[in-house]
Amino acid sequence: MTSLFAHPGLVLIAGALAVAWLRGGARTVVALGAPLAAVVLAWNAPDGVAVQARFLDYELALFATDKLSRLFAIIFSLMAFGGALFALNQKSRLELPAALLYAGSAIGVTFAGDLVTVFMFWELMAIGSTLVVWSAGRTAYAASLRYLMIHLLGGVLLMAGIAGHVAEFGSIAFGRMMLDSPSHWLILAGFLINAGAPPLSAWLPDAYPEASWSGTVFLSAFTTKTAVYVLLRGFPGTDLLVYIGLFMIFYGIVYALLENDMRRILAYSIVNQVGFMVTGIGIGTEMALNGAAAHAFTHIIYKALLLMSAGSVLLMTGKRKCTDLGGLFQSMPLTAACGIIGALSISSFPLTSGFVSKSMISQAAVDLHLFYVWIALAAASAGVFLHAGIKFPWFVFYQKDSGLRPPEPPLNMRIAMVFFSALCIGLGVAPGPLYDLLPYAVDYVPYTGAHVVTQLQLLLFSGLAFFVMLNFLKRTLTITLDVDWVYRVLLTDLTRIAAGGLARALARSQAVLADRAARLGGRLYRHHGPEGVLARTWPTGSMALWAMVLLLGYLLLYYL
Amino acid sequence: MEQKHWLTRPETIRRLWWIFIAILAATVVAEFFIAHEVHFSVEAIFGFNAWYGFLACAALIIFAKALGLVLKKPDTYYEKRDD
Repeated sequence: MTSLFAHPGLVLIAGALAVAWLRGGARTVVALGAPLAAVVLAWNAPDGVAVQARFLDYELALFATDKLSRLFAIIFSLMAFGGALFALNQKSRLELPAALLYAGSAIGVTFAGDLVTVFMFWELMAIGSTLVVWSAGRTAYAASLRYLMIHLLGGVLLMAGIAGHVAEFGSIAFGRMMLDSPSHWLILAGFLINAGAPPLSAWLPDAYPEASWSGTVFLSAFTTKTAVYVLLRGFPGTDLLVYIGLFMIFYGIVYALLENDMRRILAYSIVNQVGFMVTGIGIGTEMALNGAAAHAFTHIIYKALLLMSAGSVLLMTGKRKCTDLGGLFQSMPLTAACGIIGALSISSFPLTSGFVSKSMISQAAVDLHLFYVWIALAAASAGVFLHAGIKFPWFVFYQKDSGLRPPEPPLNMRIAMVFFSALCIGLGVAPGPLYDLLPYAVDYVPYTGAHVVTQLQLLLFSGLAFFVMLNFLKRTLTITLDVDWVYRVLLTDLTRIAAGGLARALARSQAVLADRAARLGGRLYRHHGPEGVLARTWPTGSMALWAMVLLLGYLLLYYL
Repeated sequence: MEQKHWLTRPETIRRLWWIFIAILAATVVAEFFIAHEVHFSVEAIFGFNAWYGFLACAALIIFAKALGLVLKKPDTYYEKRDD
């Protein structure tokens, strides 16, 4: 019987609590040891439900394992390890514990066998990630509140959906759902908000680049990929997801092309990459689902690597805009090389990890003869090289010489980058171990002559387009408005106008009321005051007179 | 004045362009030597991935540029509003 002590997520959360109190060497040991222990535990997690608990009338499956949950738990723990190594010299004492709590709760979702447990860890994840953004200090505060607001909204939708699902079907088991009831639509909406799907995707490029140089590395990995995990389990083969995924892919490319902040470029590119996974989940064949899962795995590594490279630049130069950067390869060759390996991987160059994972999604579109999906994915693959593959390294490490000559980052950060670079290339050269971890048996050979040649054509000619049209891509000191404009500008303005109107209306009604009250007071005083009619002592005669009037009235009424 | 890094010298950049063009040509020529896999009829067109990749990117850049005309704002846009 496996106990909760063997739950990789809870081990990480316990590690988070310890790291918050420890200092010095002990802190380092726990910060690196807890994720490593989680990797081992996740790898060896036994199939089936290992831990159950009763909650109200429900049987919770706190620790349920199958191939899909194991895959995501392994990559989440590995990510927590690499991220912790990278973040060891982070000055904020809040960030690392928050990040480990965040990672642990993401793993908690992957091992959740029922919807209540999913929800519990889902919300814990929102808290952990908000704390990671918070720990970047005052500049990140406003963005973190916007981030939290959207995630709490997602949580409310999810909770409402789960409650409806339980009321309707009487079961909390987390399995495949059809879009046949409002509760399932709500659950899907809750999941999609965390995936960065439209219309509420702006939280991601809004908040992630505001985190610290190491915080963004953690943020890039867990929230969106946990959403991919729950979509894989809950909504495989849902057609709607194909269109949502394609939208995300092109949204990410176009916004990244317009962006000047190096880490916001990479944030838009997260939406783009998750779009590939969501499309694969929507296609829904075994090949597509394998592709989506494999792509989540490889994506976590190369996106973290890209953000480590960007984070190193930010830490060493204090600058984040492409317009301020350039020429850094001269004094940061290792950071540049690691950034380029991440960039080649995200572009799916042969011999890198992206090549062996993303192509399975395209292959699934081919197998089903989905021509428009396939042709859109091909354009998107070219576009990924354009917006992330070349744009990021070019503008940060090459282009003009900014004159900056920062040194390489500290040793632990360099080791973390080299480690993740090695994983990117290792998985690209030998995808076998990754394919063995996938939920379905893999019947796919990535390295065929035709595939390598067509992919190289697609990518290299998109590179040609980049350099030919470089003038169109010159960086400017601008941002691009997104849906968050609605709640940052439109709604606040409307609220301000409405509040102004309300205040005026209140003031006016107050004046009227005060006037009325004053008049009423006057009248009362007149009648009841010391000199008032009703306050005078009445003569007996007038009382007798009134009694008679009343009696007469009564007599009259009696006969009527 | 220190010497410019070899990668930033004009003659190196010119040479890199030639190497790049040679590689581009090689990927297209390679089509003659590999077993072609055609799933959709467009793939049968010569050098499909090459010109499609180029045109797709050109279209994306132009589309982004056009969208930027409408949605781009100075990067102090939100800070200014908060003041």
